[in-house]
Amino acid sequence: MEKYSIEGTPKTPSINFDMNGGILEVKGRSIPENSIEFYKPLVDALDKYAAVAKPATTVNVQLEYFNTSSSKCILDVFKKLEGINKNGSAVTINWHYEEDDEDMLEAGEDYQAIINVPFKMVMVNE
Amino acid sequence: MERNNILLSFKGEITSDLLTSILGIMESKMENMQEEPKIRKKVYNVLVECLQNLYHHLDEVSDLLEADKIRSAIFTIGKVENKYSIITGNYILNENIHGLRKRLDEVNSLSKEELKEYYKRVLNNGEMSLKGGGGLGMIDIARKTGEKLEYNFLEIDNKVSFFTLNIKVSNQN
Repeated sequence: MEKYSIEGTPKTPSINFDMNGGILEVKGRSIPENSIEFYKPLVDALDKYAAVAKPATTVNVQLEYFNTSSSKCILDVFKKLEGINKNGSAVTINWHYEEDDEDMLEAGEDYQAIINVPFKMVMVNE
Repeated sequence: MERNNILLSFKGEITSDLLTSILGIMESKMENMQEEPKIRKKVYNVLVECLQNLYHHLDEVSDLLEADKIRSAIFTIGKVENKYSIITGNYILNENIHGLRKRLDEVNSLSKEELKEYYKRVLNNGEMSLKGGGGLGMIDIARKTGEKLEYNFLEIDNKVSFFTLNIKVSNQN
């Protein structure tokens, strides 16, 4: 598997994981009732990628909304990335937030405090 | 709350599809009201947590409560002056009141900074229930609204009570 991609829906984000390029993008809304089920394939894909990780891995997260059920799963994804970073692929997580969305900035800072991976806060204009 | 301040109210069975519709309706209503994006996002976020709490709770007790009680969940979304109010109500087993009250009181006792730390602790160490956020919902609501969680338990009989939660969302925080 070289690519894991799914389309976004009103309750779930689009995911584009290009393993050859070492780029993972998560974009949209993440408010499903059952987040574990939704994130499992991505967590599995990261496990596969871990064995063949590129020298650098870039992760772009641009969420408009996410629920607390997703927040735990997103942390699981970041913990996988922490492991990949530790094993030699330089991981960077770019956390995007809209200019006026302090809650989203704060959510990114929460992850930044927990995860030991270079984290960049990227402000986007609406 | 006066009747004309109600934007939406519902009584019945809470399904995943219903939540999708409600969220869509509220999103377009707030857009039509030309609400500023900042408050729109806050209300939407808090609404998601409130409604999904309701949904998961009813799912958990579906074998323990009579069907008519499961279908008697209510919620109301209103706006008075610049404050949104989200009220949810559902039956709860009396034996679960103590634990819930303790959690709500704990959240209400914490300052903004303490809530942030508590959230991170539960996020990082907390057990996750199979479906839900493992208790993060109430903490998140308190953080985002900057308000205390107003609640009430009304005892119906020796088995069940009716639990109501009244959340206020404004642009103050």
